[in-house]
Amino acid sequence: MDSVIAVADRGGPVQPLLLARGLRKHFPVGGGLLGRGRKVVRAVDDLTLSVAKGETLGVVGESGCGKSTVARLLIRLLRPDSGTMVLDGDPVDEPHGITINELRRQVQMVFQDSYASLNPRLTIAETLAFAPKAHGLPAAEARARVRDLLAKVGLDPDNYADRYPHELSGGQRQRVNIARALALRPRLVILDEAVSALDKSVEAQVLNMLVDLKAELGLTYVFISHDLNVVQYLSDRVLVMYLGKVVELGPVEAIYGDPQHPYTRALLSARPSMDPRRRTHEAPIQGDPPNPIDPPSGCRFRTRCPFAEEVCARVEPPLTETGRQEVACHMRVAGSGHSKAV
Amino acid sequence: MSNLLQVRDLHVTFVTPDRTVHAVNGVSFDLERGETLGILGESGSGKSVTLRSILRLHPEHRTRWSGSIRMEGDEVLEMGPRALGDLRGGRVAMIFQEPATAFDPVFTVGHQIAETIRRHTGKSETDAWKRARELLELVRIPSPVQRLKAYPHEMSGGMRQRAMIALALSCNPSLLLADEPTTALDATVQIQVLLLIRELQREFDLGVIFVTHDIGVAVEVSDRIGVMYAGKIVELAPVEQMVDAPQHPYSQGLLASTVHDGMRGRRLEAIPGAPPDLGEMPTGCSFAPRCRFVRPDCVAQPPDLKPTSDSHLVRCVLAA
Repeated sequence: MDSVIAVADRGGPVQPLLLARGLRKHFPVGGGLLGRGRKVVRAVDDLTLSVAKGETLGVVGESGCGKSTVARLLIRLLRPDSGTMVLDGDPVDEPHGITINELRRQVQMVFQDSYASLNPRLTIAETLAFAPKAHGLPAAEARARVRDLLAKVGLDPDNYADRYPHELSGGQRQRVNIARALALRPRLVILDEAVSALDKSVEAQVLNMLVDLKAELGLTYVFISHDLNVVQYLSDRVLVMYLGKVVELGPVEAIYGDPQHPYTRALLSARPSMDPRRRTHEAPIQGDPPNPIDPPSGCRFRTRCPFAEEVCARVEPPLTETGRQEVACHMRVAGSGHSKAV
Repeated sequence: MSNLLQVRDLHVTFVTPDRTVHAVNGVSFDLERGETLGILGESGSGKSVTLRSILRLHPEHRTRWSGSIRMEGDEVLEMGPRALGDLRGGRVAMIFQEPATAFDPVFTVGHQIAETIRRHTGKSETDAWKRARELLELVRIPSPVQRLKAYPHEMSGGMRQRAMIALALSCNPSLLLADEPTTALDATVQIQVLLLIRELQREFDLGVIFVTHDIGVAVEVSDRIGVMYAGKIVELAPVEQMVDAPQHPYSQGLLASTVHDGMRGRRLEAIPGAPPDLGEMPTGCSFAPRCRFVRPDCVAQPPDLKPTSDSHLVRCVLAA
C-alpha cells in the first residue's frame, strides 16, 4: 500500500529532484548491408541538467532539436545510449538505486495529443483509477481518488466520471490527462507540448490550472514547448536546445532579457510582435534547421550563424558560464580563437 | 473601382444523415486589391470554411450555401464546373497549412508547377518549366534548377511552403487565400515565410485573406482583422484598432488570454467555458454563455454587426 501514497522528500530542499548527466540518444536510420554505412540521428548529445525541487524548467527549441527525446529519456520511455540519472539522491536503474518502475511513479508525463493519450474504450473514471488500482489501491479508495482528481482539474465528477474521451472537448481531455498524471501523486510532471494543441482561450484556462496545481501539490515541472511566450510565462529556468545540444541554460529573466547565444537571440526575435507599428522587417536568420542526421561539425548552429568563423567548424563549443547563464558559443569562451571571443 | 471580393451574408451548412452543422452563419466583408484581411478565430469558428467557400472546395452534395460571393463581380456560388476550374488556381490561389499533403507526392515540384501553368495559360512545356524556375527564384529557393526536379518529401518544411507559394503565384492570381500557412513551421522559419508573403503581396498588388488562430501572426501580416466566433464575424477593424481597443468581449478575452512578454507571474484572464456546438442555431448572441457582460437582451435575439466608427464593426449589444 506504501506505493500509492505520496513519496516523502528525502534530500531536503537543496538537493536537486532530478539530475541527469551526459545523456545521449542516437537513433540509427536506414542502413546499408550488415549495418555498414548506417546513418544516425543524433537526437540528444551529452545533455546534463538538474531540476530543483519546486521549480519549473522550461525546454525550448524547434522541431528536431531533441526536446521530446529529452522528455522520453527523463521518464525512461527511451533507454539512453549513455548517461546517468539520479532522482532525489537515488541513482536510477542501478544496483543501489531505484528501479525504472519507481522512477515512473514519481515522474509522470502529459503529452500533446490529448485524444491519442487516452484509451477510447475506457471511461474517464476507469482511466484515472487504472494506475492506482494497479498499484494496489482498493476499489473504494480508487473511486474516491478519481472524484478528488477530477475536482482538482476543474471537472465535475458527477458529470464527467462516466464519459468516454470522444465525448469531451480537447481542453477537457487535456485536463483528464493531467489528472491521470497526478493519480499516483508524482513529484515531477513532464509536460511535453501539453497546451500546444489547445485553442488560446482554453490554453489560458489550462495554464492557470497548472500554476494552481503546482502550488497546491508542491509539484515540480519540466515544461517542454516550441512556444516561447508560454515557456517564459511558466518557467523559472530555461534550457534552449538546437539539434540535440544545449546551447543556453539559465534563469528565465537572463535568457529572455539578456540572451547570449546567437541562436537564442534569433529565436526570440523571430516571435511575431503584438504591435502593428513595430513589425518585423527582416528575418533574424535564414533557412531551415538542418537535418539532425549528420549535423554540422563543431558548433551545430554555425551553418546559420551570422558570426561563424573557422574555429566554429573545427571545435565544439563547451557550455560555459557567462554571467547568470551557461552558453555554448565560442564568442563567450576566452581564448577560443574566435575573433569576437571575450 | 469596385471591390476585388465581396462576400454578403454567407451561410454554409453541412448536412449528413445524422447531423447538421451550421459552420458559417452570415459572414459579410469586402476586400480590395493590395489589402490583407486577417481572419482570426479558434478551431470550429468557421474561419477555414469561409475561406474554402471562396473556391467552393466543400463537397457539393452535402453542403448548403446561401448568400453571395462575388469575385471581381462574378458570382462564385453560381459558377459551373468550367468557370470554377478557371477560378481555382487562376484568378484565386490558395496555400495550405500542410504543404506536404497539398503537393502530390509522386510528381516533382517542377512538374506540378509547370502543369498548373499549362492548364491555365496554355503555354508550351518549355515555357512552363522556364516560368516554374523563375517562380522558385521569386520565392528565394536556393539552387532552383535542382529543386525543380525534387519531390516534395525531399524538401524541408519551410522550403515546401515556399514551393507552394510559387505554385500559388504561377498564374498571376489577383487573390491569395492563406489557410494557416505558417502554423506547422518552426519559429525561425515562420517569420521568413510571413515576410515573403507580405513582400509578394506588395509586389503583385494581391488581395490576401490570411486565416490564423495566432494573434501575433495576424498582427504581423494584416491590414484589417476580422475576429470570428461560432460562424460569425464578431468584430472587424483595422489592425491597430483591434490591438489597441478591441470592443467585442470575445476579442477582448482572446487578446487578454494570449500569453506574451511581460505577463509572467500574473494570472491569465481566461475566457470560461468552451465554444458552442454548431449543431444547433443559437437564439441569441453565440458568445452570451461565456460573456461576463451578458444581459437579458443578449439572449433575446442575435445582435447585428454594427459600425462603431467609419472602419470598425462590432456584433454586440454593448457596443455603441
